[in-house]
Amino acid sequence: MLDSFPKLLSATLITLKLLSASLFFGLFIGLFFAILRLNKNIFINKFAYGYSYVFRGTPLLVQIFIIYFGLAQIEYLRTSFLWIILKEPYWCAIIAFTFNTGAYTSEILRSAFQTIKPGVIEAGKSLGIPNKIIFYKIQIPIAIRQSLPAYGNEIILMMKGTSLASTVTLMDLTGVAKYIISTTFKPIEVFIVAGGIYLFMTFIIHNVIKYLEKKYSFQ
Amino acid sequence: MDLLYFGDSGWGDELAIATLMTIAVSITAMLIGFIFAAIFTPLKLSKRKYLNLISNSYTTVIRGVPELLVIYLFFFGGSGAIMYVASIFGYNDYIEINAFLTGSFSIGIISGAYSTEVFRGAIQSIDRGQFEAAKVLGVSKFTQFYKIILPQMLRLAIPNLSNVWQITLKDTSLISVTGLVEIMRQSYIAAGSTRDPLFFYSCAAVLYLILTYLSMKLINKLEVKYSRGY
Repeated sequence: MLDSFPKLLSATLITLKLLSASLFFGLFIGLFFAILRLNKNIFINKFAYGYSYVFRGTPLLVQIFIIYFGLAQIEYLRTSFLWIILKEPYWCAIIAFTFNTGAYTSEILRSAFQTIKPGVIEAGKSLGIPNKIIFYKIQIPIAIRQSLPAYGNEIILMMKGTSLASTVTLMDLTGVAKYIISTTFKPIEVFIVAGGIYLFMTFIIHNVIKYLEKKYSFQ
Repeated sequence: MDLLYFGDSGWGDELAIATLMTIAVSITAMLIGFIFAAIFTPLKLSKRKYLNLISNSYTTVIRGVPELLVIYLFFFGGSGAIMYVASIFGYNDYIEINAFLTGSFSIGIISGAYSTEVFRGAIQSIDRGQFEAAKVLGVSKFTQFYKIILPQMLRLAIPNLSNVWQITLKDTSLISVTGLVEIMRQSYIAAGSTRDPLFFYSCAAVLYLILTYLSMKLINKLEVKYSRGY
């Protein structure tokens, strides 16, 4: 049980790398699509809705497999410069996670934008603040505060989602755990150690979000 | 499109059967989840601290650990545990458990943790007066639950249970790692033998989208039915 701990701990690093990269890119994609969702143009609106519907309606495993196994089939992609990225399972996993978390984040941010009271925006307008600054300095900070609890859940879901990277040959925490289980046949011990590491990460994320919520609460 | 023909030349019939398998696993898992929820929700609402602790550790652990890890635990550990129990009763042959049962059980445990939270929330948001009125009228505990609490609880729980169902449906794709032939596994097999992964995984995505869309419609109908009078 203790022998497996260092191996699992070093695999945690890959899990954390996958998580932080996909959350970072996913936040931008989520914000981008949330803004598209608020657009009055019905085509842009429907496009953004379709994106989030497809990525939220299909399992993450399917998305990873399409990107890792599926895209490699297109001859055009294999000759283009994109192939340098797409041949690596690491980047394929990050791309899949990014689009997946982006879809959920866009929904969270959209509902946050929609719950901002119109009076706040009107107050900004009546003070003669340009629309752009109202958006960046008033709407975005309020939306971020509103969406913190839901986004915290999304981070935890995504952390669990990174375990799927093990299906495309990446040795993340779950991948190493599976390897140790299948070589030592000690599923329960390994589950306790690996599960404990995951729970510890959940605990930390949960508390950081709680702290941020408190810090940015409206007083 | 030839690849989707029904019969020997195409994969249409295989994918259709696999879709039915996915639906079967999801429903079984959901029902197993309800059994777990029926056990752990009362523990969660109990006044005794140690009962709360048992229930809380169940939901925290399951919701904080990746689904795939739970599936590996039951896939690799399941037959060992059952053989150990069987050896106590003097049965020493190798027992291999069915992939369907392992899969539905492990997904069921996961969906049970989510269902427990949903039921707890629903019961807690029922007005205290309802419990008190039932007590005053001398209604037995059993009737109180089935005739007064349960109908009100279902109305509150259905929207959230619909989310749990969506999660469960998508989680069944993970059982493919144990070799159970559902949508994901069938697409994997088809992609391997035709060397056309893009097409078959896209088919899988479309099938899952259809399933989530249809179940959404069905649940909306249920929601309307249970919120009559509100």
